[in-house]
Amino acid sequence: MGIEQRTADMGIITTSLEQAVNWARTNAMWPMLFGLACCAIEMMAAQASNYDMSRFGMELMRASPRQSDLMIVAGRVSRKMAPVLRRLYDQMPAPKWVIAMGDCASTGGVFNNYAVIQGVDEVVPVDVYVAGCPPRPEALIHGILTLHEKVRGEGLKKWS
Amino acid sequence: MDENLQPVVAALADRFGASHAEFRGQTTVFLRPDQIVQACQLLRDEFGFNMLSELTAVDYWPQQEPRFHVFYQLNSLSQHQRLGLRVPIPGIKPSVESIEKVFPNANWHEREIWDMFGIRVEGHSDLRRILMPFDWEGHPLRKDFPLGYEEVQFTFNVHEIDQDKFYPKE
Repeated sequence: MGIEQRTADMGIITTSLEQAVNWARTNAMWPMLFGLACCAIEMMAAQASNYDMSRFGMELMRASPRQSDLMIVAGRVSRKMAPVLRRLYDQMPAPKWVIAMGDCASTGGVFNNYAVIQGVDEVVPVDVYVAGCPPRPEALIHGILTLHEKVRGEGLKKWS
Repeated sequence: MDENLQPVVAALADRFGASHAEFRGQTTVFLRPDQIVQACQLLRDEFGFNMLSELTAVDYWPQQEPRFHVFYQLNSLSQHQRLGLRVPIPGIKPSVESIEKVFPNANWHEREIWDMFGIRVEGHSDLRRILMPFDWEGHPLRKDFPLGYEEVQFTFNVHEIDQDKFYPKE
């Protein structure tokens, strides 16, 4: 019976600010709809009841960049799409994160040609790369949990 | 050749001196670049080829000269007939007459052959790029256009290529 138990009985919990903020950020991280190719099908599957991403507070895929925290770039990005992608990224409010889902978004994949950007990291900074062609929903969820781990490790200095 | 097509091919040979070829039951007539508008007009008005179902180009560089073939596929809905027209075009300042006045749907197809092959379409009402960005240089479906723009990374050259790679800031 320490002091924590006594304060908890009174409805008071002590924690660090970093932990509280990061908990809030990771447990309601709304992704933006950015399905560009076949990876989007797996992203939808990850949303649906079998895999159910809402377990991690991600049930809301926002169609507006202004309401989203995370951009899952699912599929190959063509040269003509790249300025659109960057613009949507710039419209997202900070803090914001990017997952490059699949080989095409990460490296260009099999499309080493004039029309496709060789990795979305040429356009926006990427936090987590998910390999696979396309990655299974488990892989995407693993990528998201990896991102959560990264966000939980962020400190006050990174928030500025 | 289908017997219904024979008078059509004969008329084209008579009027334009055009030769024809057959491949797997498909008939293709070869025409000169200055003849294509009149030929389309003739086929549409007198032989009932009232639909342009395809307009594209092929680059035969470096095997063949002339290097480009512009290809027109006409369709007769009333007689259920198809006829291909081919216009060979040399590679230096390639250009072809627009058939937009005869078949209005040629507009976008002709923009595409300008965009992808760099074949100028004379008399086109709105000759801009259609697929590539407007500031794009070159014509990507030409056979001499470079295939990829980034070397594939392997373990022995990954750092070398990574040095030249562009990484954006926040």
